[in-house]
Amino acid sequence: MHTDTNPRPKLAVWKFASCDGCQLTLLDCEDELLGIADKIDVSHFLEASSAVAPGPYDLSLVEGSVTTPQDAERIRHVRAVSRRLVTIGACATAGGVQALRNYADVAEFQAAVYARPDYVATLATSTPISAHVPVDFELRGCPIDRRQLVEVITAHLAGRTPDVPRHSVCFECKRRGTTCVTVALGTPCLGPVTHAGCGAICPSYGRGCYGCFGPSNSTNFPSFVPLLRRDGMDTLDVVRVLRTFNTAAEEFDAVSRAEDEQR
Amino acid sequence: MTDDDGAAVIDKDGMDALVAVLAARGRTVIGPTVRDGAIVLAEISGGAELPYGWGVELEAGTYRLAAREDGAAFAHSAGPQSWKTFLHPPRAREWSADRTADGGLVTTPDATPPPSYAFLGVRPCDLRAIAVQDRVLTGGRHADRGYRGRRAGAFLVAVECTEPGATCFCVSMGTGPAVGPGYDLALTEVLDADGHRFLVRAGSEEGEAVLAELPSRAADTATRTAARDRVAAAADRMGRSMPPVDLQGLMRETLNAERWDDVTARCLTCGNCTMVCPTCFCTTAEDITDLTGDHAERWRRWESCFDRDFTHLPGGPVRDSPRSRYRQWATHKLGTWYDQFGSSGCVGCGRCIVWCPVGIDITEEAHALNRERASGAGEGAG
Repeated sequence: MHTDTNPRPKLAVWKFASCDGCQLTLLDCEDELLGIADKIDVSHFLEASSAVAPGPYDLSLVEGSVTTPQDAERIRHVRAVSRRLVTIGACATAGGVQALRNYADVAEFQAAVYARPDYVATLATSTPISAHVPVDFELRGCPIDRRQLVEVITAHLAGRTPDVPRHSVCFECKRRGTTCVTVALGTPCLGPVTHAGCGAICPSYGRGCYGCFGPSNSTNFPSFVPLLRRDGMDTLDVVRVLRTFNTAAEEFDAVSRAEDEQR
Repeated sequence: MTDDDGAAVIDKDGMDALVAVLAARGRTVIGPTVRDGAIVLAEISGGAELPYGWGVELEAGTYRLAAREDGAAFAHSAGPQSWKTFLHPPRAREWSADRTADGGLVTTPDATPPPSYAFLGVRPCDLRAIAVQDRVLTGGRHADRGYRGRRAGAFLVAVECTEPGATCFCVSMGTGPAVGPGYDLALTEVLDADGHRFLVRAGSEEGEAVLAELPSRAADTATRTAARDRVAAAADRMGRSMPPVDLQGLMRETLNAERWDDVTARCLTCGNCTMVCPTCFCTTAEDITDLTGDHAERWRRWESCFDRDFTHLPGGPVRDSPRSRYRQWATHKLGTWYDQFGSSGCVGCGRCIVWCPVGIDITEEAHALNRERASGAGEGAG
């Protein structure tokens, strides 16, 4: 609890390999943004302002994955100047869609994309922040959910644990009153193995969940994958649906590799 | 059923009038209606929104709408929701707290007036489920005031079951297909050469008053007989059944059965079964603070014993393994519910079977446990 006699806690927002969408979620907080700015000293947020105040910072929000040798060093600095480090989004938490490189030859990609690949210094893999430094909390999603971000910040201000359930999307779908698209329509849906947080948006529009929050904390893929097949997915479809924003999340990665070997 | 029981017969226009009369009495009328590929429970503004001409084809893990040529309104079994969505809603505010100018704290219980519902189309299994939740949520020393308020104001129009689904087993749970006590009005839908009509009986004073406002005629013998026959025939067409044994004892004596490993291999621990179950009542507390820290709220939201964090204590989750979570759910539902609340927690509606994405069937599991016990395996306390 920070009172008026104490300085406002200092917030820093950092970008690694990412699309900036999760940082934009903070700017997209609209109604809450002025309140946040009132309670927190936004000390380092290049997406919003080029004015940078020196650390250390009370709360660092880290977006993006580590894909370069420089970033592998920079994240250590961020950790060193941050009291509490929270990763935001699928890139920072699982390596992001750019972790597809983990299954391929990066040199080949470079040669295909860049006229002078020798100008590019990059790592062979995209890895989450937690692979490099200790992380205090991981907020899931591609992008993160605005309400959950506000919850993480308000919980930090109040000195309490954020209320961010780790169960399946099905919980949210049922609470919302959405009819199950798998059971009623035969639509493949990753909801039963996917981490809640989005509010079960996709099924409410009649489509299946595509797992943008990554695996829940209680998955059973040996039972789940046959369900995807029953609803029309072949092995390549299964590999592809798991190889998106959270492709390098441990459970998704293990299943997609095992499936890929069957092709 | 005697001829002086006040039973009446209404036609489809009487059904329209029923919705109108209930609405005119200030009630929010909730009934079955077709939406998003299912017969859901939602607010309806007229009898025409009832699912006339729609039925359902059910199997474990599968639900499909199916058009019916007979035009029946209630020839469907349990859908994706139950009435607990309205009586015990997924999320509700319990209280709010505000910091005062002198640094004190004032808490205010939620004073949202309860809605006045009329539920149209409560199946006998669901009528029993409401009674089960009444016992759970208001039957003890710490009654749930919010539930009590919503429940006390609810007008229940039961509709007897004449078209059980393939996943129904109310007969073996003793909850249907004929209606039990607790309704304000009970209907039985009859379709034959004499027309599409509903036999109506009142079960309360308000039920009698509502019935008196409907265009109706005294129940004739043919309609009474047809209604009785249709309900009796439904009893013979249950798609599922529980093993005819003491289920409480079966659960108690099979805690170490190998079958629990078998079902755990299939269970996704996704929580769907508990969310659709009309008696599952578990909730968790959700504390909200605003950015200033001067305003806080406590909300309650549906939770499930399949959530790994549901039993989280300082040392970690008590029921960490999926096996322990499925077993907890099934043995509570069929067994320890008797110890706790004096009845079964299962009413045989079949929702958990239909809405389990991988089609785990609680009746099949009970039969398997029963066979394993009979074979002498899996004995002993867990």
